[in-house]
Amino acid sequence: MFKIVAKEKLTPVIDCLKVEAPALSRKARAGQFVIIRVDEVGERIPLTLADWDAKEGTITLVAMQVGTSTKKLGALKAGDNLQNLVGPLGLPSDIEKFGTVICVGGGVGIAPIYPIARALREAGNKVISIIGARNKDLLFWEDRMKKVSDELIVTTDDGSYARKGLVTEPLKEKLDAGKIDRVIAIGPAVMMKFCSLTTKPYNVPTIVSLNSIMVDGTGMCGCCRISVGGVTKFACVDGPDFDGHQVDWNIAFDRQKVYLKEEKDSLDKWESCQCGKS
Amino acid sequence: MEDKPKSKINLNRVDMPRQDPLVRAHNYNEVALGYSDDMARQESTRCIQCPKRPCVAGCPVNVDIPEFIKAVRDNNMPEAVKILKSKNALPAICGRVCPQETQCEQVCSLGKKGAPIAIGRLERYVADWDLGHKESASPTQVPPPTGKKVAIIGSGPAGLTCAADLAKLGHKVTMFEALHTAGGVLMYGIPEFRLPKKVVQAEVDYVKSLGVDVQLDSVMGKLATVDELLTTGYDAVFLGTGAGLPMFMDIPGENLNGVYSANEYLTRVNLMKAYLFPEYDTPIKIGKRVAVIGGGNVAMDSARCALRLGADKVYIVYRRSRAEMPARHEEAENAEEEGIIFKLLTNPKQIIGDDKGWVKGMECYEMELGEPDSSGRRRPVTKQGSEFIMDVDVVVVALGTTPNPLIPATTKGLEITKRGTVVADEQSGKTVKDRVWAGGDVVTGAATVISAMGAGKRAAASIHAFLTGQ
Repeated sequence: MFKIVAKEKLTPVIDCLKVEAPALSRKARAGQFVIIRVDEVGERIPLTLADWDAKEGTITLVAMQVGTSTKKLGALKAGDNLQNLVGPLGLPSDIEKFGTVICVGGGVGIAPIYPIARALREAGNKVISIIGARNKDLLFWEDRMKKVSDELIVTTDDGSYARKGLVTEPLKEKLDAGKIDRVIAIGPAVMMKFCSLTTKPYNVPTIVSLNSIMVDGTGMCGCCRISVGGVTKFACVDGPDFDGHQVDWNIAFDRQKVYLKEEKDSLDKWESCQCGKS
Repeated sequence: MEDKPKSKINLNRVDMPRQDPLVRAHNYNEVALGYSDDMARQESTRCIQCPKRPCVAGCPVNVDIPEFIKAVRDNNMPEAVKILKSKNALPAICGRVCPQETQCEQVCSLGKKGAPIAIGRLERYVADWDLGHKESASPTQVPPPTGKKVAIIGSGPAGLTCAADLAKLGHKVTMFEALHTAGGVLMYGIPEFRLPKKVVQAEVDYVKSLGVDVQLDSVMGKLATVDELLTTGYDAVFLGTGAGLPMFMDIPGENLNGVYSANEYLTRVNLMKAYLFPEYDTPIKIGKRVAVIGGGNVAMDSARCALRLGADKVYIVYRRSRAEMPARHEEAENAEEEGIIFKLLTNPKQIIGDDKGWVKGMECYEMELGEPDSSGRRRPVTKQGSEFIMDVDVVVVALGTTPNPLIPATTKGLEITKRGTVVADEQSGKTVKDRVWAGGDVVTGAATVISAMGAGKRAAASIHAFLTGQ
């Protein structure tokens, strides 16, 4: 059991949990993920690390409530326990001095881009960050991102806050404005696809972090397989970071939809159970 | 003289009752029901107690088979348990999943005249008796602590056996498991109806009762490397990480929705209990027509799970003929009785998808058998122009597994083969790296539960000798 030492709602549907995990916190690197199981009947879901503190012995996870597991997670309070927590899994992001880098975080993807931006800045890069969300209520960590970026651009799709539009628009402007050495984009698959398409004509190396469906997260099941440059890779052990220009996005989109029906059935059941409770 | 059975010896073994095939195809309860007291007693009297004891040599962990059978015959069950457990820490598991027909039973003296004694069934009977009489059992005597610490990586059959033996010798053992439950392939791979998970957990509890500390949710190589273990107080490390990486065929369509590795399929069903969805949160796609590619035990397990999940038609697609099938005869027979359809001499060419990225069929070749290949089995040869389409909506690829590269990739100084296995001495399990041993599938590639247990046992003896300066 892993104790939740603090919990905060970043938005009405996005939760931030600080969890006790001393050994894990000492090993965590930017770009890696963990697998959690909320309770005894829970599924194993991957969450990319949003932060960690080796001194305190904690890790920070951010999740948006979309299905049964993330809603169950959102219902937990400080003092409650996660049934299981395992990691750090996957390969860390490549962190070195590239020059000028753009870090794009979309929606809940702002959380995992944060430690990457921080590590890239610490490695001596000029960091331009672009974070975006559908609307103001889904945006978080603007302050944190500001601290680790040389320049921060904020967008909302509906213009309810900051600049109206998609993250790809300022991304293109920055690519037009000067030499960019690397782009890292984390967010919904469709956002990562369009960021990759945006950078492609400029030939700027573009890294995306794939949030595939997983079971064990250690290379055992192959559930998270994707096609990169025509070769099948496992997101859990070969990634989660991949060259966005090489990813077969159609397969990535399709494979995310495998359990749409079951996910809905499961959520309906869970929500109907909750009604009687409170 | 002992080879000549007396006339009163029944040359036929006592049958073990099994669930009716048509009933069991729709439930997850155990297929084989085990001997009653009378059946076990009757079968035990068939053993002629021959002095040659070929069965003992035929057992990878050298259980004193005639002795425990004699104890069953004499109705001295505590003694039977003691004899069995002195060599085998996991008898309830071995009694169910060991391929006795190619080991102890194959060399049984009775086999020359009739059916060999049903050693596996008797082993299961004794182990199940033990599990049912825990309260009367005297706790295993553990010697005073030696002060030595051993880390075991992986809690499958090799790790459990090695841990049990070392703990019984007084060493402090910590066993690390990546998943949220101990047992390795016994939990995620072998289905409930063949090996009930409560049986596995009872055996894990026994190993814990010997003082072994089990650390779940611990992916070694990530959370700590082998070298870190060796520099933070562990005197020796045993690698029992198994062969968990699934192999695919590399044919078009393999990444379509509805294509599973057998590992994923079985893990969802067994470990995550997807058959109880939505009571359990993990889903699985229940196909109407499921093709399982492969002819081993894992293929049989996958096919039988598919049937129990509710598929209308389940096919085993295997490129050779029935004679070459690597599955245990008993398991293939069980599968067939339950209604699994064997498409033999059939090899997939590609998996066909619909416009939404879902499996809608599988194109296959017909095959014929040519000359024997390096494995000694006749090589399957493609019949040109024989392509046909199977109407399926879920495909499970059960073509074998290779070791997980996580430990090799993070451990300096191990010798790794091209197949990804760790090189270790066959007798001792010692690797070329100082203070590191390895055994089970990580050394041999995918093999059997009992051979992994044998390797864990031999490694424990070698580690003990090292720790005590012998």
